[in-house]
Amino acid sequence: MRLTHRRTGPVAEQKNIAAVAHHFDTAEQQREASTLGMWAFLVTEIMMFGGLFTGYVVYRNLYPDGFAAGSHHLDITLGGINTMALIASSLTMAMAVRAAQLGKRKTLVLFLLCTIALGLFFLGIKAVEYSHKYHEQLVPGLPFADEGTLTQQVYVFISFYFVLTGLHAFHMVIGIGLLTWLTVKGWRGGFSKEYFTPVELSGLYWHFVDIVWIFLYPLLYLIGRH
Amino acid sequence: MKNHIVPVKIYLAIFIALAILTALTTWIAFVDLGALNTPVAVTIAIGKALLVILYFMHVRYSDHLTWVFVAAGFFWLAILIALTMSDFISRGWLASGS
Repeated sequence: MRLTHRRTGPVAEQKNIAAVAHHFDTAEQQREASTLGMWAFLVTEIMMFGGLFTGYVVYRNLYPDGFAAGSHHLDITLGGINTMALIASSLTMAMAVRAAQLGKRKTLVLFLLCTIALGLFFLGIKAVEYSHKYHEQLVPGLPFADEGTLTQQVYVFISFYFVLTGLHAFHMVIGIGLLTWLTVKGWRGGFSKEYFTPVELSGLYWHFVDIVWIFLYPLLYLIGRH
Repeated sequence: MKNHIVPVKIYLAIFIALAILTALTTWIAFVDLGALNTPVAVTIAIGKALLVILYFMHVRYSDHLTWVFVAAGFFWLAILIALTMSDFISRGWLASGS
């Protein structure tokens, strides 16, 4: 990041720049500041999910058997498919940002739509999984399945499952909302080679949500499977 | 950060690596490694996260200040988990000794 204040810039350069706020010298400097600001936000997100992950680690350490038993109620096939869907959506998101960097409007819109589709697919699978949990009486707060001596521990595991995946799914919904807005704005030619910061920052957000799932998949679905 | 354009080949390579690591972590969960199952799963997840952060999130091509922000975030997360667990794991030690 360039922190020095440059008062004068080539006139030609300034002409190219659309929408540079007055307190920035160049579009590049503005983009650097935006990226850093987005990362500052993502760090707070790391800490929020981190608190939940820490709670998970504490209780998994206390109730290893209950967590293994609870994990066996989750469907590895659906979880695995969803992991692949999110990874693929990260690829299409990265390609969307690339298209924005190159100023390719139609490619940008196409990849954004792919990302939205994969995100909706993920949420669809998640809904199927939640409905399975409901039918198996594995929803906290409702009459709970009898797991013998492990019932209380499985209850704790399932609670972590719903809070972690629920908060993650909530982030996905927000992400899909952001991408929809980007698609409309992109289609109308709202982005250019010089200005695509919203695409880039939404990309960072989307990849972050993917990273959360990368940890959730093994920590929730793959306990004590051997 | 310059407007760095990452070649499509690199993005595809990262995607394939992430897919392989997903398959690997699923497969290895069914292999009995004793106490090592969870550390291996977490290590693979950290590896995948690093690939996403460095390439998809462009941190590899970003300036040092961004590096500091990202590293600080995960460093504080490590403190949170390490100090909490040092408490919870060691609690029983005193109780069983007295």
